[in-house]
Amino acid sequence: MAVEHPPAQTGTHAGGQTVPRAGEQTRIHNIGYRNYDGPRLGRAYARRSLYSQSLRGAYGLGRSAKSKVLPMILFVVMCLPAAIMVAVAVATKMDDLPVDYTRYAVIMQAVIGLYVAAQAPQAVSLDLRFKTIPLYFSRPIETADYVRAKYAALASALFVLTAAPLLVLYVGALLAKLDFTDQTKGFAQGLVSVALLSLLFSGIGLVISAVTPRRGFGVAAVIAALTISYGAVSTLQAIAFDQSSTGAVPWLGLFSPITLIDGVQTAFLGASSAFPGGIGPSSGQGVVFALVTLGAIAGCYGLLMRRYRKAGL
Amino acid sequence: MLGQLCGVTTAVVRATTVEGVTVIATESLSKRFPRVTALDRLSVDVGPGVTGLVGANGAGKSTLIKILLGLSPATEGRAEVLGLDVATKGGTIRERVGYMPEHDCLPPDVSATEFVVHMARMSGLPPTAARERTADTLRHVGLYEERYRPMGGYSTGMKQRVKLAQALVHDPQLVFLDEPTNGLDPVGRDEMLGLIRRIHTDFGISVLVTSHLLGELERTCDHVVVIDGGKLLRSSSTRDFTQTTTTLAVEVTDTDEHPDGTRALRDALHARGLEIHTGGGLPGAGHILLLTAQGEETYDLVRDTVADLGLGLIRMEQRRHHIAEVFKDGDQQAATQDGQDGPDVRKEAVGHGG
Repeated sequence: MAVEHPPAQTGTHAGGQTVPRAGEQTRIHNIGYRNYDGPRLGRAYARRSLYSQSLRGAYGLGRSAKSKVLPMILFVVMCLPAAIMVAVAVATKMDDLPVDYTRYAVIMQAVIGLYVAAQAPQAVSLDLRFKTIPLYFSRPIETADYVRAKYAALASALFVLTAAPLLVLYVGALLAKLDFTDQTKGFAQGLVSVALLSLLFSGIGLVISAVTPRRGFGVAAVIAALTISYGAVSTLQAIAFDQSSTGAVPWLGLFSPITLIDGVQTAFLGASSAFPGGIGPSSGQGVVFALVTLGAIAGCYGLLMRRYRKAGL
Repeated sequence: MLGQLCGVTTAVVRATTVEGVTVIATESLSKRFPRVTALDRLSVDVGPGVTGLVGANGAGKSTLIKILLGLSPATEGRAEVLGLDVATKGGTIRERVGYMPEHDCLPPDVSATEFVVHMARMSGLPPTAARERTADTLRHVGLYEERYRPMGGYSTGMKQRVKLAQALVHDPQLVFLDEPTNGLDPVGRDEMLGLIRRIHTDFGISVLVTSHLLGELERTCDHVVVIDGGKLLRSSSTRDFTQTTTTLAVEVTDTDEHPDGTRALRDALHARGLEIHTGGGLPGAGHILLLTAQGEETYDLVRDTVADLGLGLIRMEQRRHHIAEVFKDGDQQAATQDGQDGPDVRKEAVGHGG
């Protein structure tokens, strides 16, 4: 690299010259091409890389400052009530936390819905809109890897969002010297519940946003799907309750994501139902709720696979 | 002249057999969609070096690349890339080749560095290696300080460089470049072509580059494959007809002994078995002899003959043919289809083929 005269197109001077006019970059440029003979970690590693990149992206990490704002605000909003409850519980020496672990997500469902609506399109619409997909599929990973990585990433991001306040509650409960066994059991049940919720909500969010390359449409459609279904179901439940046809109340809960989760945790995770009159599904009905929940998650995965099978080059 | 050339360019897989290695091989490869036949029994071998894949829009170039990447099954026939069957070894192939798509594929809110690092990891490079290779590769394609800025603000030329960098970052053995000069101005186009040449000469990576412009591949490629309507029109080394079979133009002085030196030389060369043409209708053509150089010995023969006759040799130069002329042989049946291309731009329009 000493006395080399680089071709005109580089527009630089030879590295050996004493006048460092173009600085470091000039000298570096004269290093020739180096081949790579290190390890190639293959498909599973690429899938993990896509997962971690998408997970970070769901909180705006590695993206512009602007895209960090919303997820971070939502995260704080999600945790703040938990922190306040804990503070109150510790200060006033309560016997129990004001809100059950399993109930917290149901109360905060608007924030969760907003987060899914903002981040699901972020995860998939951008790749569609800027046609980055072909770059992925010209590499070792395949459709299934892409779908799994994206699904897992958004579900994990949502789990972080929903489990963090539960952790705050749990730590606070222990600090307030509440009953350890009781709290741990409640915390564990809460975690299972929000894990299910994360899978279900992120699946629905991804399926909707993968349809359109336009992020705005995706955001609106996810919000609409979550709020309209919940609004309709809770209205119908209220009507059914008023007309004393209480048998119909739990069944109606099957038709919106959050009431579905509510039903499952009422039946199996010791939660008290948020349905009108607290009429949750019985254990028998709970099996149906669980099956529908799992079916919906599997269905979302299947739809995503179908969506991307043709989205190659 | 054209008639004589068509005989020379029929040797199909010359370049590959010389090198003894085949990078891409297809065997009666067909791809049929419900309403279109994208590829029709395409058999072609491609060796190392820079290979141009030329065809009009819709000729089947992108379909061929998709099949070669193992992303789309062929309807019939088979293909191998780097000795691996595309039908069964797609993943392994994609680990060893790079692909630069024709269209935009860059998210605007990410910097080139971050994007290429991510793509390097998607190709299986460990994090540290991905960072190092990204820095190297972006420098090699000519992106410096701007690589830390979001790509939304890049010019078309810079975007093309990032697209090229992401195809090269994992040091593949072969890259597919789909219309890399699309949308570039003449200077950017020349720079891109120079870069493509360097991918092979400096980086040692074989290149398959598509274009609908034959003229620009002429300077860049070692080998050109022309397809039209999914059929192979021709596959030949650019050397075959731009060097080995060069037409020589010879001009000599007249002397007292030979008042018409041109005629004397023509007769003398004819006597030694060389085919001579006059220079056609151009001004001064009567003084120029055109003959086909079969190799080095033709040059010696002309020199010796001129010396024997005692004539002064004014010039002996290669008339380099444009590839387009060769592909416009009368024996190619493909009808002229691009009506909007006038005769003066036919050199650039491959769709003609015949």
